[in-house]
Amino acid sequence: MSDLREIYQEVIFDHYRAPRNCRALAGASHKAEGYNPLCGDKVVVYLQIDDGVIRDASFEGVGCAISTAAASLMTEALKGKRVGDVQILFESFHDMVTGAPGVPQALGKLEVLAGVREFPSRVKCATLAWHTVLAALKDQREPVSTE
Amino acid sequence: MKMEHDVLHDRVSAVEVKRWRDDFPALREKVHGRRLVYLDNGATTQKPQAVIDAETEYYSHYNANVHRAVHALSERATEAYEAARRKVQRFLNAAESEEIVFVRGTTEAINLVAQSHARPRLEPGDEIVISAMEHHSNIVPWQMVCAQTAAVLKVVPINDAGELELEAYERLVGPRTRLVAITHVSNALGSIVPVAHIIKVAHEREVPVLLDGAQAVSHLPVDVRALDCDFYAFSGHKIFGPTGIGVLYGKRRLLEAMPPYQGGGDMIRSVTFEETQYNEIPYKFEAGTPNIAGVVGLGAALDYVQGIGLDAIAAHEGDLLNHATQEVTAVPGLRIIGTAKEKASILSFTLEGVHPHDIGTILDHQGVAIRAGHHCAMPVMQRYGISGTARASFALYNTRGNVDALVAGLHKVRELFPR
Ligand SMILES: Cc1ncc(COP(=O)(O)O)c(C=O)c1O
Repeated sequence: MSDLREIYQEVIFDHYRAPRNCRALAGASHKAEGYNPLCGDKVVVYLQIDDGVIRDASFEGVGCAISTAAASLMTEALKGKRVGDVQILFESFHDMVTGAPGVPQALGKLEVLAGVREFPSRVKCATLAWHTVLAALKDQREPVSTE
Repeated sequence: MKMEHDVLHDRVSAVEVKRWRDDFPALREKVHGRRLVYLDNGATTQKPQAVIDAETEYYSHYNANVHRAVHALSERATEAYEAARRKVQRFLNAAESEEIVFVRGTTEAINLVAQSHARPRLEPGDEIVISAMEHHSNIVPWQMVCAQTAAVLKVVPINDAGELELEAYERLVGPRTRLVAITHVSNALGSIVPVAHIIKVAHEREVPVLLDGAQAVSHLPVDVRALDCDFYAFSGHKIFGPTGIGVLYGKRRLLEAMPPYQGGGDMIRSVTFEETQYNEIPYKFEAGTPNIAGVVGLGAALDYVQGIGLDAIAAHEGDLLNHATQEVTAVPGLRIIGTAKEKASILSFTLEGVHPHDIGTILDHQGVAIRAGHHCAMPVMQRYGISGTARASFALYNTRGNVDALVAGLHKVRELFPR
């Protein structure tokens, strides 16, 4: 049970039960849809970008505890970030959840998702919202898929 | 109902089930430090030693191409390959072994019928009838052929229990219907479809019927002649055989009228650049070097199943399903999806406030393997307004102890995700 608690941490339950920034963003400058064909979960991510800075971020949708908490935590982490820094943040996050070797980046609150690395089949749940943000930044119109 | 199953259960003793379990080496695996409890048989079944040995024997002692050479090994391989065809014939009680076509699996069997039987016959406005509880592999091939011919797909609805609405079916089979393609057992709900009635109604209107038997053959006896069905498809890997091998049964008259599915070696009688004469059935549909080891393994799997007997298997699994259905009701917030009166070996459910994937991960941690998601039946999920279910599916080697491990795991899930 102990290592299950590593993936299902209290913070994750908290963000699953009461997701932050879970709403449509009126006047969003960027928006994209993401889809995980494995489980059928969908997410829409909204960004309000001004002067190269993410002023606001929100999401709607998604399903399991991991993908919902990951989206919620991500929107919190993105607020105030420069657009140019998102890719690097995503890469560090991706390295963390896939357990890639190397010096781990300090990811703050996002680190509660580190336990996902023990559950390879769940990496797509943790990264769905992130892939969707990258698509939003590229102004991609087609829904992105985790496949 | 319960009485009857208990009486039947007495015939399959725990000792006997233990003996069956011992035939399956993969069941001795440990996952996350625990003995595997394998309840994902709807996705694929484990293989008995007899099947593994049959493949090894082929590769070790008589590996050669079939139907092509005069040397001894090729003759042995050809003999084993054709002997397996006769085993399938007996297993389905087909009239002739030529009515058994080896394919990659259920998916390929259905695509073959869609492209070789349906496509040449379909006129714009003609109709194909399927049901609301089909696997994607019994939906998409028909959508494709409808797009190619401007034919129309008609879908028989299901009720809340997951039973086919038979009155609607009888109304849907009309003068433009060219084929009925329906599952024998639903992979997402476990419902057993009253296929004899389905076929009777279709035949009254001279419409042929294809049955998707992927989830049926390992759980209940199938007699294609008693059913009088026109096409029957199943996959080897879901009945303890190898992956990559499956069967299309078709009535001789229908198979003979169909053009080949693929062109190549073995499916021809003679080839010149001006004209090619096709081989007889079933070879006309078996272009190229087939999955010989798979066919041999499938033959061994069917021998294994018939050695135990599908009546004994059905009785044992009926007991497991009853036991599971009763026990899971004690898990708060659990809802069974698929409560048809006639069910086989599949328990699909949702747990309030918990996504099926989270259920799957937590159960996996207890060593219990189930499937979570839409089970390649997205329209079924839409019908129930859910994104997916968790699904436990039983096979002959599962025990009441396995069911209890599942239920204990579900209580753990509830503990982690309190309501
Ligand atoms: C009812 C049903 N039909 C068809 C299939 C497809 O079988 P295969 O993938 O072996 O071709 C499956 C397997 O998942 C199934 O459950």
